[in-house]
Amino acid sequence: MQERARLLLEIADDELILGWRDSEWTGIAPFLEEDVAFSSIAQNEVGHARALYELAANDLGTMADELAFDRPPDEYCCSELVELRLPEWERTIARHVLYEQADAQRLERLKASDDHEVAGLAAKIDREEIYHRLHAEMWHERLKDEPRYVEALEELRPLVGRRNGHSLELTTLWEEMTSVRHSQPAGTKW
Amino acid sequence: MIYEVFRQERKGQAFQHAGSVEATDERFAEAYAREQYGRRGESVALWVVARDSVMRIEEFVDELNRNYHRVDGYPLKEKLKEARARAGKAAAGDR
Amino acid sequence: MEQREQDFLEYVQGGGQVEAGDWMPDEYRARLRKFIEMHGNSELMGVLPEREWILRAPTLQRKLALTAKVQDEVGHAQLIYRVVEDLGKTREECLDDLISGKSKFHNVFHYPTRTWGDVGVIAWLVDAAAIISQKALLKCSYAPYARIMKKICWEESFHILHGRDVILTLMNGTDDQRELVQEALNRWWGPLMQFHGNPIPTEDDPMFIWRIKSQGNDEARQQFLDGYVPQIWELGLTVPDPELRKDEETGRWHYTEPDWDELMSVVTGHGPKTEDRLNLRRAARENSAWVRSVLLAA
Repeated sequence: MQERARLLLEIADDELILGWRDSEWTGIAPFLEEDVAFSSIAQNEVGHARALYELAANDLGTMADELAFDRPPDEYCCSELVELRLPEWERTIARHVLYEQADAQRLERLKASDDHEVAGLAAKIDREEIYHRLHAEMWHERLKDEPRYVEALEELRPLVGRRNGHSLELTTLWEEMTSVRHSQPAGTKW
Repeated sequence: MIYEVFRQERKGQAFQHAGSVEATDERFAEAYAREQYGRRGESVALWVVARDSVMRIEEFVDELNRNYHRVDGYPLKEKLKEARARAGKAAAGDR
Repeated sequence: MEQREQDFLEYVQGGGQVEAGDWMPDEYRARLRKFIEMHGNSELMGVLPEREWILRAPTLQRKLALTAKVQDEVGHAQLIYRVVEDLGKTREECLDDLISGKSKFHNVFHYPTRTWGDVGVIAWLVDAAAIISQKALLKCSYAPYARIMKKICWEESFHILHGRDVILTLMNGTDDQRELVQEALNRWWGPLMQFHGNPIPTEDDPMFIWRIKSQGNDEARQQFLDGYVPQIWELGLTVPDPELRKDEETGRWHYTEPDWDELMSVVTGHGPKTEDRLNLRRAARENSAWVRSVLLAA
């Protein structure tokens, strides 16, 4: 696979899967205002994934949706951190905080890329991520003395950027994610 | 705490009361106001203020009908009619 | 009725509006708050049938659109509960009553969603039925509620287009996809016909008398049929009611009388998914109670 496509897929898959996980909170977040705010973050992540897939799709001669849905689970390049289903708020926020820190560094590198398209898209994504970081910091300030949150940070920190293979969680997520799409032949419009 | 949100739809327009959000401090209030009143690009600016900081004024006194400084204190129809009539007679008188 | 109440009644029937701090007859305030609370409950519960499908959306665009739609509904619940709170009942009290079954939410949110066809039918037809009611609330005599209805109606406009887009794509697709739509429509038709409530004449409807609603139930239903049955038929879909037809002379739609017993049973908590969904709300609330405590303590 081409170098650039591989790089793009890594971030795209991270953002897609994280966005998918974050969207699980829509409707059941701790309170209504936060529900609305966190849902925007989830949508932005999926939106970033879409833009990245579109760029990769040009390189690979395919379409964004096909990259997002039609590869088997073991071909996704996402980190183990984003795959986990985290139905506890402290773990979700811990992941959010850790991911945003790591992602900020990654975006800085990409913004400096010689590839104008990659650098340009990275800059756009980075400008949206400002609000994600503010949101993450805001929650971290509030929760940093809570034992369960501190534990969650310790539990999840080792998984940041770790790409040693996928857990069963990704397969389960992928099956649900593709259950409607794959109920009809490839190429069917939805 | 309740924060009132005022939004400006386009530059140059008045800020209008849009609603309120519940938040524990200004940081959260900012995040939530931004989301509830701006995620769709429907506002170019927001003013967010704690409800307790808003002064409410609802009683106004005008016991003696102070219409000297309002448009309704100047019913000119009759005077104008009289003045036009007088000018008309004067013009007729000149001929 | 006391003179003050009579004056108030004439004022609102003449198109007058009141604000949170204004004097209101006790009966008006009680009915108003209950009505608005039920709306808030409905937005909050309406999220649950749809959110499962966020996780199964078959394209990135559908994923984004559906997430945004459900997000709007949560946002609407926030707007509505704020109005209720300014009328004297806190959000926590509202959630207590919702979860315990003491207060109600609209019938359509007590039913299961079984397929992607439901996603399309809900966004296209259920939201359309809701918007008809919501537009009638734009003239509500209680101004704070009327004002949030403006924002709600504006946001709902994309929901209907999204719904139509989903449906049209399915109808232009495979036989299986068309079958998804027809099958979902068959299941949702009954609840849709019950949605606007039983045919109480406006002169007997307290909501109309106090100008909380500016439209009677039957009128809303007729408006729905007028707007959407042609849209349904032009796609080659059938409505599971052999009696459904428009009387061209009177302009009124005839239909099989909806099952009002079913409506009563469902809204009083006996719908197919009522218990599951209230349990989900209860569990979500309990699991996140510590978060609210932490925020309040700071």
